[in-house]
Amino acid sequence: MRSMVVIGSVAVGLFAGMFMMAFFMGLIKQEISSAVETQLSHIQIHNPAFPDDKEIKDTIANATILMGKLRKDSTVKGLSGRAVTTGMISSSSTAAGVEIHGIIPDDEKNVSSISQQMKQGVYFSGKKNEIVVGEKLAQKLGVKLHSKIVLTFQATTGDLTAGSFRIAGIFRSRNSAFDEMTVFTNFNDLGQLLGTGAGVHEIAIILRDDRNVNSVAGELKKQYPTLLVQTWTELSPEMALVTGIFDQLMYIIIGIILLALMFGIINTMLMAVLERQREFGMLMAIGMNKLKVFFMVVLESIMLTCVGIPAGILLTIGVVNYLAKYGIDMSAFSTALMQYGFSNMVYPELQTSMFLPVTLMTALTAILSAIYPAIKALQFKPAVAIHKI
Amino acid sequence: MSYIIESHNLSKVYNPDTIPVYAVNGVDLHIEEGEFTALVGPSGSGKTTLLNLIGGLDYPSSGDVKIDGTDITKMNENKLIDFRLHNIGFVFQAYNLIPVLTAAENIEFVMMMLKKTKQEREQRVKELLAEVGLTDRSKNRPTELSGGQQQRVAVARALASKPRFILADEPTANLDSKSTGNLLDIMAKLNKDDKMTFIFSTHDQRVIDKARRVITLVDGKIVSDEKQP
Repeated sequence: MRSMVVIGSVAVGLFAGMFMMAFFMGLIKQEISSAVETQLSHIQIHNPAFPDDKEIKDTIANATILMGKLRKDSTVKGLSGRAVTTGMISSSSTAAGVEIHGIIPDDEKNVSSISQQMKQGVYFSGKKNEIVVGEKLAQKLGVKLHSKIVLTFQATTGDLTAGSFRIAGIFRSRNSAFDEMTVFTNFNDLGQLLGTGAGVHEIAIILRDDRNVNSVAGELKKQYPTLLVQTWTELSPEMALVTGIFDQLMYIIIGIILLALMFGIINTMLMAVLERQREFGMLMAIGMNKLKVFFMVVLESIMLTCVGIPAGILLTIGVVNYLAKYGIDMSAFSTALMQYGFSNMVYPELQTSMFLPVTLMTALTAILSAIYPAIKALQFKPAVAIHKI
Repeated sequence: MSYIIESHNLSKVYNPDTIPVYAVNGVDLHIEEGEFTALVGPSGSGKTTLLNLIGGLDYPSSGDVKIDGTDITKMNENKLIDFRLHNIGFVFQAYNLIPVLTAAENIEFVMMMLKKTKQEREQRVKELLAEVGLTDRSKNRPTELSGGQQQRVAVARALASKPRFILADEPTANLDSKSTGNLLDIMAKLNKDDKMTFIFSTHDQRVIDKARRVITLVDGKIVSDEKQP
């Protein structure tokens, strides 16, 4: 029973550590994929002057030719040329500031998951002056599907211009802030109103393999030195920072879990040693030396750990694989999560590289935990210990 | 004359700075090889404390204990443990066998600490189990043995290292009369045939009757020391 408690403690400690890592890994990956799929894409290309002031005149020179070349690149899965500006969106009751993306829907589908996140209506039907808005923005404006809204922004002439659009679809992404701040219109409709025609402000690129982001971006930077080529980590350094912080946070949390595990094992092993005081007294009386008594306690802990670790790993693989398939429903915290771009459903993700450090940390914890009980065993006086009940 | 065990002015005092309690008080003891000696006396007379001091399980407050001329009270703990392993066999009132080991393994365990070869160990275990009449119980764990059988395994374990003498602290206290008789017969035979020295602490009249020397303790002092036929 006692041994089962120690084995259970080690298994649960290891599971807790691994599960936390898998949970955070899943959360971060989802946040990254959400940001990449809805806003950032893997790589974006701009006129270097555009990102700072978002001047609509700062389009990408020869964008059509560049996009044609990129479409032929085997590493590129999809790309979308966008006209981007900021403006006001007004309903009959209220108005709000938004970023307006003029897109070619068929191209945008290859780089953004918004078309798959439609809650009402369609992702553009081909009619003129259609707009797709986020659910949160629709609620804020008090508009519904097919409602008419007005977009007001500055044209290339410097004059304010406005256009009337009808809501073709309402989407809900994982990021409520994005849903509130971003609207999509047809590229040609927006271009006409802006006066930029076929001018492209932003080329968003999705690669076939996200591990190639830096190498492809590096190559593009070399080929097009006059353009601003940025990876998603450069576009959103705060997200890269969050990823780094989560990495450190994970180890801190695991450290806390293992500290709790350490006290659990110390307590159990100490109880075991005290309960077996008579046995230790007898062993020392008949000639077992102190070093052997010490190692006996430590070895027992190591052996129990050797059983607990595989049990913990199996438990982790089982639980994480199950939850990776079915997800953890965090909808109770959906408002808070969506504000930060996290999904309601978290799918934990195990990485094989996690096993070794967490296993080593758990094993070390178990061995260290046995030292104090082992020292305690050495302090027994055989003459006294033999007569303990 | 050379003695296997000698003690001079041996004392053990508890609470020496507050209210001193003399568990053993100035005991001079001489035991020859091959003796079959019973330490008797009322509860609290110091029998167990004296056995602990003779067996090197405890250090005296004053005096010395010599085993074959070696003063064990001067040894540090580790040396004393090693000395016990090679020279002294113990039999305890509550048997104190290792519950997860079989009868044979409990006996073998002592020889493993002595780093005997597997062949030597197996041979000796066989001999000892035969001597205590438990050959057919070699694979039984302590919980599968009666109290008398467990105590016989404990005697076999005490003999495993071929010690100079065996100390038995109330070895029959938990046994019925039949088991007590069996155990005493085995110990008497070992004493007679192998010249094994036994020192018991006991209240049991059957043990006292079997002993050839009876030392009576009262309040930590020897009040009588009689040889019996």
